[in-house]
Amino acid sequence: MDYLENRKYVIQTIFLVVGIVFAIRLFYIQVVDSSYKQAAETNAIKTIVQYPFRGLIYDRNGQLLVQNTPVYDLMIVPKEAKSPDSLRLCSLLNITIEDLRERIKKAKAYSYVKPSIFYQKLSTEEFGHIQDNLIDFPGFYINARTARGYPHQSLAHALGYIAEISPRELEDTTYKGYRPGDYIGKSGIEQAYEKYLMGRRGVKYKMVNVRGIEKGSFKDGAYDTLAIAGQNLISTIDLDLQKYGEFLMNGAKGSIVALEPSTGEILTYISSPFYDPNLLTGKEYGSNYLNLLKGQDKPMFNRPIMASSNPPGSIFKLVQALIALEEGVITPATQFYCNRALVNCHNHNSPLDLYGAIQQSCNPYFYQTYRALVNQGKSRNTFKDTSIGLAEWREQVLSFGFGQKLGIDLPNEKKGIVASPELYDKIYGKNRWKFSTIYSLSIGQGELGVTPLQMANFMAIVANKGYYYMPHIIRSIGEDGEPLPEYRVQNKTTVNPKHYIPVIEGMAAVARRGGTAAIANLEHLGITICGKTGTAQNPQGKDHAVFVAFAPKEDPKIAIAVYVENAGWGGSSAAPIASLMIEKYLTDSVSRKKVEEWVLSREYLNMK
Amino acid sequence: MAVEQGVSKYKIATRSSKRISRRIAPNLDWLTVFLYFLLVSLGWMNIYAAVYSPDNVVNIFSFDINSGKQLVWIGTSLVLILVLLVVDYKIYEHLAYPIYGFVILLLLFTLAVASPIAGSRSWLDLGGGVRLQPAELAKFATALAASKFLSTSNLRQQQWKDHMILAAITLLPPAIIILQNETGSALVFAAFVIAYFREGMSPLILVIGGVSAFIFIMTLLVPKLYLIIGIVVLMVLAVWLDYRLMRRLKMMAALLLLIVGMVFSVDYFVNDVLQPHQQNRIRALINPEADPLGFGWNVTQSKIAIGSGGFFGKGFLEGTQTKFDFVPEQSTDFIFCTIGEEHGWIGSTLLIALFMVLLIRIVYIAERQKSVFGRTYGYCVASIIFFHFLVNVGMTIGLAPVVGIPLPFFSYGGSSLWSFTILLFILLAIDAYRTQELVRSNKMNR
Repeated sequence: MDYLENRKYVIQTIFLVVGIVFAIRLFYIQVVDSSYKQAAETNAIKTIVQYPFRGLIYDRNGQLLVQNTPVYDLMIVPKEAKSPDSLRLCSLLNITIEDLRERIKKAKAYSYVKPSIFYQKLSTEEFGHIQDNLIDFPGFYINARTARGYPHQSLAHALGYIAEISPRELEDTTYKGYRPGDYIGKSGIEQAYEKYLMGRRGVKYKMVNVRGIEKGSFKDGAYDTLAIAGQNLISTIDLDLQKYGEFLMNGAKGSIVALEPSTGEILTYISSPFYDPNLLTGKEYGSNYLNLLKGQDKPMFNRPIMASSNPPGSIFKLVQALIALEEGVITPATQFYCNRALVNCHNHNSPLDLYGAIQQSCNPYFYQTYRALVNQGKSRNTFKDTSIGLAEWREQVLSFGFGQKLGIDLPNEKKGIVASPELYDKIYGKNRWKFSTIYSLSIGQGELGVTPLQMANFMAIVANKGYYYMPHIIRSIGEDGEPLPEYRVQNKTTVNPKHYIPVIEGMAAVARRGGTAAIANLEHLGITICGKTGTAQNPQGKDHAVFVAFAPKEDPKIAIAVYVENAGWGGSSAAPIASLMIEKYLTDSVSRKKVEEWVLSREYLNMK
Repeated sequence: MAVEQGVSKYKIATRSSKRISRRIAPNLDWLTVFLYFLLVSLGWMNIYAAVYSPDNVVNIFSFDINSGKQLVWIGTSLVLILVLLVVDYKIYEHLAYPIYGFVILLLLFTLAVASPIAGSRSWLDLGGGVRLQPAELAKFATALAASKFLSTSNLRQQQWKDHMILAAITLLPPAIIILQNETGSALVFAAFVIAYFREGMSPLILVIGGVSAFIFIMTLLVPKLYLIIGIVVLMVLAVWLDYRLMRRLKMMAALLLLIVGMVFSVDYFVNDVLQPHQQNRIRALINPEADPLGFGWNVTQSKIAIGSGGFFGKGFLEGTQTKFDFVPEQSTDFIFCTIGEEHGWIGSTLLIALFMVLLIRIVYIAERQKSVFGRTYGYCVASIIFFHFLVNVGMTIGLAPVVGIPLPFFSYGGSSLWSFTILLFILLAIDAYRTQELVRSNKMNR
């Protein structure tokens, strides 16, 4: 053995001694001595946030729908706001001393050194008062921000609103980078296009030294960022038409959705009752919100995309006709007797071909058509045959966008319901239901739920003879931009375009003398409306009135669905409203004052 | 037998790809490899934490930030490791001097052509934004050359010539590095003393070094007169306790004179020789509170960051001191602050323990080498890592002056990571073949 080998112990001891000395020293500065922790607290950076301008929203003709108005928040840094003159502050803000203490406590709970909002949205008057006296209140300062303003009081449901981010949203990864006190879109376009509208916050860092004195820009402003304004959006909405629709619907419950068939752009988006979007800005936001939420007839309920449990009624006969033609179970010339033993109907000529059946909305005709469609004899067992037929039929119905979200650029869209074999198996048991169980589907009743948006989209499909673009409400991100890419994809139905022609002819007859919606006729203006009335059964009360239409017949410019709750028969209320909307959109004026008066009289609500 | 050897050599050459798995894997010191990867990955995460900003979250893999770039350095280090393990281990001993010579030339070349970056002319621009610091390579090259020299001479025999040559080998690179104005990297070469001590260098040098350092620090802390009086008192006390020292009175007087001379020269050295920023670093060490926003900034902020971590730390990415670069050079030289702040005493102590295990393990590996070359090289590796650890961690907690040297395997930076990877894996390559050395010598014996 080498005597030098013992030196390895010396060396290892040196290593270990250093390690132990370090660990002890660390224990001293990290655990024993608390002065470093205090030093860390006072080692602060003052962050000054500059809020960017949120993007503006315009209608399709360049009218401003959403703008920004300045608001002022009173901020507090608790550490610097030591013992403010409470009484004076209370009188300035017009709050109680308890309220004041509560607010200070809340701010301290958030952070002792970081600024937080002490008093939100000072009115211009309060702002003036406080600005003058601020010098006596160290630790308080004013942060200018902008809030939303709506010059037209229209379109509340589609625009949505913005509000302070909630603690739960703060934890959501979608809102990464947001801080308490930030405003985010909570519904409508404001929510759906949040990332485009929000822009980017600017931040300025001011360094504060150990003695709490500002040492100027942190790192010479290397970390400071400029606020970048959000992108403006151009909506597909035609504000004039929107306002006219709201004028017609005021006092009634229901929806109007109008689309441009060739693009899927939404021209009108009405959910009635509606409210002034300005209610959800400003200081009374909280109480207004609750009032709206609890209000009569649910004003916050976004009917065009959320009213999904209502059956479509007779308008669905058009879908049946299209699928039946595609399947070859009828031709346009096929006639059926109006056999009221099968299903009830009203007085009209009989037998009728397809055109007549659409014009008169003959229930037995579509009963027989649907039976031929569902029971094609693909199985000898009538139960199985119905099940096969229903499944095949359902496939085709889905291609019209029913029973699924259409993918509108607004949050909370509902799917609706389209009857399926699985659904009936669940209700009645496998092989325990057949056509006579499900026949009400033939006339659009039963296990069907369609949103007004889906109805309007269906009209766009018929107008286009077999395809649609996903309905959307923003046509341009930025001022000469494009819609989101998904809205430029054409979706086709399973039905051959040629089969739409006889159906369109039938629909044209609906709005003529002898049709169910003769009141909607615009041929004196040279416009042929193709439409269909519907009455949706409502177990809770009076039936809902439906009218869907597009116009003009050649080169359609507008597809529309009008849904009036508890208004009974579709021809009496929904059809005149739709025809007025079409007239207004296509001619830019309304010549049929009598029809308008009738609609505004609301007398249809009292009709049997 | 010659034929047999020839065949086996041939096989080794043709199956170099299988070499690692067949020949090295069983003998590779996997504990050290594990420690290496543990340190490198922990370092990578802490580099991310050091540059992380909650207001501008960048992915850890993004090349815009240091953690993303470090990943590239880690990746290239893996390639280096493979090369180092595949290459015939004997090359390191055979080529020790040529490698050393090449690095010396590279250092001189750098000194000649490099444009100054932050006052230091130590960076070689490789183009494409990639820069290399040859001073980092000098460590392993010097370790190889010194080990080679010691394998052919013996420090125990007090031959001045050998001592002088060894001193020259050791001091030439730091001399050039000081000319490059990288004093921190030059200081590292002092670490070789530990390895030489193991190989027979007189302990007196260690003792003298220690005493000098003590007197140096005391000179800065205590007024000169008191210091000298204190030393005289100590000496009188020593003579009083051990009267035999009376007989060496002459020697004692000489020693006293030497110390007094040293005290004055330290004073002169600090105030008149050192550059102002170096003076500040030394003053900051002695009394950082004197000017916390001025020259004491680094140390003060570093201690605040570490001290605010408490026992358990603030949690990964939760450090508040680190986010706005209160501590400068946070992902490189002051990376330890991030651990201290975010992982507390537990985390920092665990890291210290990891380094202790690594150092002890390297000493163990060094001791099991059959050749003097291998053993000396092992000790050089341990000494260099230890010195970096000592100074780097020491400066962040105020126990060592602020010297810009990285924490091995941990700090951000390609040159540093490469240099430590090469340093360590040459040792592991030599170690992995130690049984072959044994087999070969057995055959020779037969």
